[in-house]
Amino acid sequence: MSTASTIVKLPPQEGATLPKKSYLNSEYGLKSWLLTGDHKRIAILYLISITFMFFVGGAMAGLIRLELLTPQSDLMATDTYNKVFSMHGIVMVFLFLVPSVPATIGNFLIPIMIGAKDLAFPKINLLSWYLYLAGAAFTIAAMVLGGVDTGWTFTTPLSTHYLNTHVVTAGLGIFIAGFSSIFTGLNFIVTIHRMRAPGMTWFRLPLFIWSHYAASILMVLGTPVLAISLVLVILERTIGIGIFDPTKGGDPLLFQHLFWFYSHPAVYIMILPGMGVISEVISTFSRKRVFGYTAVAFSSVAIAVFGFFVWEHHMFIMGVSNYSALVFSLLTMLVAVPTAIKIFNWSATLYKGSITFETPMLYAFGFLGLVTIGGMTGVFLGSMGMDIHLTETYFIVAHFHFVMVGGMLMAYLSGIHFWWPKMTGRMYPEQVSKLAALTTFIGFILTFFPQFILGYLGMPRRYAAYPPEFQVLNVLSTAGATVLGIGYLLPMLYMTWSLKYGKIAGANPWQATGLEWQIQSPPLTENFLETPIVDHEAYDYEWLANKTQHEVQTVG
Amino acid sequence: MSEPTANPHHVVGPKVYLAIGGTLLLLTGATTAISFVELGVFNAVVALAIAVIKAMLVVLFFMHIRYSSKLLKLTVAAGFFTFLVLISMVMTDYISRAWGLW
Amino acid sequence: MDSQAIATSPEHTPSVEHAHPPYLRHHFETVEQQREASSFGMWLFLLTEIMFFGGMFAAYLIYRNWYYPAFVAGSHQLSIVLGTINTAVLIGSSFTMAMAVYSAETRNRKALITYLLLTITLGLVFLGIKSDEYHEKWEKHHVPGLNFSVHDFVNVNPAYPDDKPLPLDMAEKTQVYFSLYFAMTGMHALHMIIGISILIILVIKAYGGSYTDGHVSTIENFGLYWHFVDIVWIFLFPLLYLISRHQ
Repeated sequence: MSTASTIVKLPPQEGATLPKKSYLNSEYGLKSWLLTGDHKRIAILYLISITFMFFVGGAMAGLIRLELLTPQSDLMATDTYNKVFSMHGIVMVFLFLVPSVPATIGNFLIPIMIGAKDLAFPKINLLSWYLYLAGAAFTIAAMVLGGVDTGWTFTTPLSTHYLNTHVVTAGLGIFIAGFSSIFTGLNFIVTIHRMRAPGMTWFRLPLFIWSHYAASILMVLGTPVLAISLVLVILERTIGIGIFDPTKGGDPLLFQHLFWFYSHPAVYIMILPGMGVISEVISTFSRKRVFGYTAVAFSSVAIAVFGFFVWEHHMFIMGVSNYSALVFSLLTMLVAVPTAIKIFNWSATLYKGSITFETPMLYAFGFLGLVTIGGMTGVFLGSMGMDIHLTETYFIVAHFHFVMVGGMLMAYLSGIHFWWPKMTGRMYPEQVSKLAALTTFIGFILTFFPQFILGYLGMPRRYAAYPPEFQVLNVLSTAGATVLGIGYLLPMLYMTWSLKYGKIAGANPWQATGLEWQIQSPPLTENFLETPIVDHEAYDYEWLANKTQHEVQTVG
Repeated sequence: MSEPTANPHHVVGPKVYLAIGGTLLLLTGATTAISFVELGVFNAVVALAIAVIKAMLVVLFFMHIRYSSKLLKLTVAAGFFTFLVLISMVMTDYISRAWGLW
Repeated sequence: MDSQAIATSPEHTPSVEHAHPPYLRHHFETVEQQREASSFGMWLFLLTEIMFFGGMFAAYLIYRNWYYPAFVAGSHQLSIVLGTINTAVLIGSSFTMAMAVYSAETRNRKALITYLLLTITLGLVFLGIKSDEYHEKWEKHHVPGLNFSVHDFVNVNPAYPDDKPLPLDMAEKTQVYFSLYFAMTGMHALHMIIGISILIILVIKAYGGSYTDGHVSTIENFGLYWHFVDIVWIFLFPLLYLISRHQ
């Protein structure tokens, strides 16, 4: 194992051919997709449904930005605005960000990366996709029937007493989507523990697997607490029990505790898989083993564990005990440590690597910069004094969009581009995709950087109207959102185009080391012709360079 | 490191089940009986202690954790650990919310 | 800790050939791997159940400390006799379920069906007693939201003549106790109903000869679920019925 980078020549793509048999053409017909047990097909199903929900949430974001173009609430009534931002949050958090990387890229890759034929429970995997659909259907139903305006947090007693909107429908949708996430996490944990190929020890696993393992733990242990808090809200609305109802003696803050016990770790459910993608991409395009593999691996687990000890920092201004807030504020700082370990180690991986600037790498660079800003501002918000000034302003909106959109979405797009040749067997168009990566980055900065300033100046979130002096920055932000929208639409278009017209990729277009790159693209239904036996570390580029043959394995 | 599959398919017999079931019934009788004795705060302590013992008997024998791999033992432990995190960290707020307000 | 479980050295794999029964699914290498995976999966599911009920237990702990007199008065409305009987019934059903697993392991189809039917019966007895208790709560106006009156709590409880009646504001707080009572026992009962429904399917399949052919995972994993539901009750019983007997 070397710390220096290994120069590997990319294989000539002219000679590459599509394999005759693959998971895509092993069976035909709608039924063969809707009843499939193949993790790769389920990943594609997820990809389609998640992309749809992303554009639903994106449309809501567009409406929000359009409304905020002018200081008055002139595009829509204020309560419509409430419904629009609530739906934007609910759809984006629960139906896009939480399942984004794990359910698509993770579903596709986890079995292949560890050398297994499938996830441990293929039927449960399919069930979680149907649960996702059911959850999405309920949520959309709530939207179509007239909307919810609780904000994505379902805050009591607003959600239980003061609203006549479709809280129950939306709550049920999230409850069901939560079970989808639980089953995905459960499946991943069992698969990673029990399905690894011979020789694939824990410390030979790609870091992508480690980060998914950590995120899965959070899904399994955190999501049920969200489920029970939503059930209690629903029971309170329908039957009138009084667990969160102050008039009966309940404490609305208890809902907040239970909700954030899940929803803070949920942030790590969203970001950890993205961090896994970044580890793979940075290593591949620097041709170097990830610096400090063990530290990066354990930092994922550390983020998962610390994630359960910090939730109250969402509640500092809500009347929780100051002493308790002090404890949580200190613990919040702890999360910065493993996150920083990751950022430092990725930077150290880049150092003296033979870096190439393919599209996934451009997105990964975007991730590194934006997630660092997002993470650092998170430290501001974790300190109690600053939090009281900044929370519920646009500062916090900018903060979590830097982490979620700048971090997670960049990582998601990076991963989609990186593994697209593996999923479809074809390359995306190189130049347009680089343009898209750049557009996304510029659009993102333009959209969300002004919001930091707006928030610092005191513009509160969740209002349709604002004082006229904030207009310039808001116009900048809306203009940026337009650019960002184009940046997201572009991949959608050229990815679809590439399905038919893209160059044929070949088995290993990036000369990456993961097991998934040693098989044909797109892979066979059974992934491997025979169970692989692993005898080298992850990211071992010397092993790859020495491998005498790594041509396309064609079957049939 | 021992193989976690060291006890492949350990069949627990009816004798063990009978003994455990009997103990559980005895403990149920005991906890009800003790609740009729005035013990102050210890009523709750004793009742919960008995409940914990009963739950452990069920987990260890009825649910075969005693004969299971370390991985499963750790899984059970992780569940209770996270539950304790939930309880204790929530309580940091509730026990100290009124400090200085009395 | 289990880094060598499946990721064993290559010499561990040849066991593939020696057993390939029909219930071994294609993506598993060995029956043992399949068994371990399914029982591990079931345990992870039970972890989510712990956290699901955990939220309510946390609420119980907080509110009992806040509204101690209301919780005492509330629990004095429950019947310890019925609670004890129900606990015994549920422990009995756990025992019969454990015996059903044993019968499946020893490939005794008749015993398996008998024990499964016994488990169903005991489960139904539990639910019957529970619904009787619910009915009584309804009659006494103790259901928060739907049918609640503070009457019983601002007056002396005839079963506990030494208890002082609660002041009105504290009497209102008994709604929190009963909200938790119904949420917790209701969720528990829902789990019982789901369990009994699955048991019925298991009995039908067992008639067809399933589970006694060496493939006992399904029965075993259902057993884990059933025992878990039992454990939840083992905690609910003292918390709701017993620990507030003395003020």
